[in-house]
Amino acid sequence: MEQVPLVHILILSSILFFLGVYGFFARRNMLMMLMSTELILNSVNINFIAFNKYLFPHQLEGMFFSMFIITVAAGEVSLAIAIIINLYRRFKTVDVEDTTTMKY
Amino acid sequence: MNIETVVFYLLSGMILTFGVMTVTTRHIFRAAIYLLFALIGIAGIYLMMEMNFMAALQVVIYVGGIVVLIIFSIFLTHQVGEKVSLPKPRQVIQSALVAFAGLALVLAVLIPMGFEKSGAECDSSVKNIGMQLLDYKNFGYVLPFEVISVFLLAALIGSIVIAIKSNNSEENN
Repeated sequence: MEQVPLVHILILSSILFFLGVYGFFARRNMLMMLMSTELILNSVNINFIAFNKYLFPHQLEGMFFSMFIITVAAGEVSLAIAIIINLYRRFKTVDVEDTTTMKY
Repeated sequence: MNIETVVFYLLSGMILTFGVMTVTTRHIFRAAIYLLFALIGIAGIYLMMEMNFMAALQVVIYVGGIVVLIIFSIFLTHQVGEKVSLPKPRQVIQSALVAFAGLALVLAVLIPMGFEKSGAECDSSVKNIGMQLLDYKNFGYVLPFEVISVFLLAALIGSIVIAIKSNNSEENN
């Protein structure tokens, strides 16, 4: 891994980040949007770990931040799925275009 | 070019391929499976950077927890084999434009940036992680650790309260 430049890892994570952004904007299904959010969070984790490994190896701060991001992602997913299931019970759909009760 | 470099580029290709398939497929169940493979590839990247504990966390929490949760909620809200509607072409073009513009901006900043690689060894053993995480001196992370445990409890109770089925909504339906 020593021969892989840091920039290549960062390019990988930025492509992954904008894939997630594309999915979040393009897809109208709530579960698809949730999965795109997971891609975004994971790309950020790769960045933190790579910076920790390559630039600041004497402390593990990037690793702790990734651990906290993973924890927050777990909590976020459980809440989001509770909301989606509640929404499905009321509207019989998980498409964001069809749930317009609170619009305007 | 040694074997580790080759494995890194193979893993990146796998992650990006499955990421693209996740955001473009019509079958939502397949999207979850593609997401699972992308997450496993990311765990492989962590393993190559000698962050074994992070790779284990990634596999246990993301692959074993979050993706399974997403698959269960897909089964609760979709018919098996149902195809979700693809976005309109105008929407696809707009989102792709936004994503490409952002990516071009980030890469234009990133690629000319020279990073000074530090030669020091990174001690990522579980003992060192525990010592630094639960330290309350020397920039330890014990306060965020406690905050995150309260946060997890709050998320647990909150999701139960949101998803609970009340009798009133039953009558309305």
